[in-house]
Amino acid sequence: MTVLQKKTHNPIAHLAPEDIEEIGRRLDAIRADIIASRGASDAAYIRKVISVQRKLELSSRAVLLFSLFPPAWLVGTAGLSVAKILENMEIGHNVMHGQWDWMRDPKIHSKSYEWDHASPAEFWKHSHNELHHTYTNVIGRDNDLGYGIMRVNEDQRWVPAYLVQPVYNLLNALVFEYGIAAYDLELGKYLKRRNDRKDTAAFRRDGQKVLKKIRRQMTKDYVVHPLLSGPSFLPTLGANAVANLVRNLWTHSVIMCGHFPEGVETFTRSSIEGETRGEWYLRQMLGSANISGSKALHLMTGNLSHQIEHHLFPDLPSNRYAEIAPRVRDLMDRYELRYVTGPLHHQVASAWKQVITLSLPNGAWASAKNDPVGVAGKGVAAASRYGASAASRLLRSATATTALAVTGVTARWSRGQRQRR
Amino acid sequence: MTTLAQDHGASNPGRRGLRHRVWRVAAAVTHPLDPADYLDMFRPLRPGADLRARVVAVRPETEDAVTVVLRPGGAWRSHRPGQYVRLGLDVDGVRLWRSYSLTSVPGAADGLLTITAKAVPDGVVSAHLAQELRPGQLVHLDQAVGDFVLPDPAPRKVLFVTGGSGITPVMGMLRAGLDRLVDVVLVHSDAHTGDVIFGAELRSLAADGRLRLVERHTDDSGRLDMAALSSLVPDLAEREAWACGPAGLLDALEKQWADLGRLDQLHTERFRTALAEPGDGGTVRFTGAGVVLELDGSTPILDAGERAGVLMPSGCRMGICFSCVLPLREGSVRDLRSGDVTTAAPGDGVLIQTCVSAAAGACDIDL
Repeated sequence: MTVLQKKTHNPIAHLAPEDIEEIGRRLDAIRADIIASRGASDAAYIRKVISVQRKLELSSRAVLLFSLFPPAWLVGTAGLSVAKILENMEIGHNVMHGQWDWMRDPKIHSKSYEWDHASPAEFWKHSHNELHHTYTNVIGRDNDLGYGIMRVNEDQRWVPAYLVQPVYNLLNALVFEYGIAAYDLELGKYLKRRNDRKDTAAFRRDGQKVLKKIRRQMTKDYVVHPLLSGPSFLPTLGANAVANLVRNLWTHSVIMCGHFPEGVETFTRSSIEGETRGEWYLRQMLGSANISGSKALHLMTGNLSHQIEHHLFPDLPSNRYAEIAPRVRDLMDRYELRYVTGPLHHQVASAWKQVITLSLPNGAWASAKNDPVGVAGKGVAAASRYGASAASRLLRSATATTALAVTGVTARWSRGQRQRR
Repeated sequence: MTTLAQDHGASNPGRRGLRHRVWRVAAAVTHPLDPADYLDMFRPLRPGADLRARVVAVRPETEDAVTVVLRPGGAWRSHRPGQYVRLGLDVDGVRLWRSYSLTSVPGAADGLLTITAKAVPDGVVSAHLAQELRPGQLVHLDQAVGDFVLPDPAPRKVLFVTGGSGITPVMGMLRAGLDRLVDVVLVHSDAHTGDVIFGAELRSLAADGRLRLVERHTDDSGRLDMAALSSLVPDLAEREAWACGPAGLLDALEKQWADLGRLDQLHTERFRTALAEPGDGGTVRFTGAGVVLELDGSTPILDAGERAGVLMPSGCRMGICFSCVLPLREGSVRDLRSGDVTTAAPGDGVLIQTCVSAAAGACDIDL
């Protein structure tokens, strides 16, 4: 990906400002249609999903009480994995978006819902609903682009640390819910400038909340349910770990497909100054990618498979995205805009390809194909240069810290001496 | 969250302590949901659950009124005749709350509650009650409230003045306590005979000499005025009065009783506090913050509040992230995107997105 504004072929160059506003008006009309027809059948849908999810979780956990018996372990683990995915995707994510607030049911409301996840709803809503959905794919504003640890765009400056980003990405996938918790807490930002005292106090307070949530989540999955299983303690503990792992891998894959695949556009900070509603819609359409597939796939992705529709209308009920998708696609075709979509395996591969190729400096992937030995040599040289400078930095800071510590200890020691006298 | 403190079954302190511990373990099992969320799936009417009721029957009372018979959940704590309940109904997917006077006798052997609702023009809830509500469905319920009740002991001479569906709380009082009332006059005003809710029951009580019933039909004799009332009830001045009906009738009664210097002898029940017609702009009160602003009909409440120094939650400022949502305790706001007006009365629990809502009349924001 290269930011749209720097592309040789700008995919929106053919649109006049009036066209963009017309697109905005048509999308507003689609939104109005759905809101006007929102009603009892939509309410029945979400209540049904919630009821099915809870019954599935209850029954899977009941089966896991006998998980010493391998078939029970398998069935229970599979059921629990699906239940956990449904809860996070079709229920949690969408309820916290306010998609069901219109029902005025306090149990299904963005203000009160808490999900089965390491990150407390409060923090997730801030980083996801406010930052990501408002600044979608704007380099420097939307931290979802590479989550602050990866380079997923040619316009992000390359540093050698990105060489290992495919490894980061895999590790992040394995523990995704904790990655999100750290990300929602803005842990990276805090570590970078920890001298600000006010920040530190706020961070500590938020950190306590996250740790409390994680502790309760872990107590449930890894202590209470295994204990209830008695002799099946260990198999049940394993089942919970596997279900959480399956959910991590699945949600990570689905979410990578939303904005990382090839064909998705990114934007510069300056391009969104004074952005109109039409232009905002346009950025959402070009900055998102769909996943094509069956109804079951859509349900298991929380309808994030309709990522384009979701980003245009994040607060419309998820069960209606499938219905408006043809209208959105038709509109994009009409204005010669690329509607990025593909089957899950294709989109996941495409996203991974971005992560891998962009771990190298721009152009290095292409030249590596022609001259693998030369590029590898350059890479080793660059890495050793970087390693040497990093090592000397590390050494300097270590020396400084040691010196400080020694001074401190000496001072304390001499104070002690004085007091003793 | 449902707590065991609400559970009346657990009176023994030791048992309560044990149940509290069990509940805490259950909460650890179901985290982040409440154990009640699971129990509600199977036993929504159990004691300790949020109060709900199951519809037992819906039957027509007159041409435009229906009576709904409800079996309340275990958390129901009886009522006093004349009180009302708030009923929460999912109308086309949206939870709407309305108040209805109870007409059933407290502590009836069958344990059932009844309310009677008259169709309101364009009233989505009364239409829902009459056309959509079916036996077996669950509705949400609050405990009975209201001080439109008879004292104990009741005064010797009582006057009831009712108009239209204003008969409902009085019917509750008559059914439960007519035996302890010695001298009762009921003046009821309605469009015509067929419109009178509980008409047959009232006429039969009158025929048995249990009360004196004066029916006034506005189609024939116009609206009930105070001069007519005085001639219909010559001993008006000796009676303590309870009145329920249209605002105009109650206002006239209050004026009359005030002129007589007997306002303490008149008890009135108004069904709904007067809501201003939604207009452009209005007085916005941020209750907790103690700030009152005069706003126009085009400025988002969020912007105006912030400009006035109110610390408000905010997010995307374009109506997508729902970070700015606050409870509208009372009043009307207009959605600046669609032009739709949302109106709330106290207790409705309506939440609004302040970044895309402007005042459409006076409103009270809970912040």
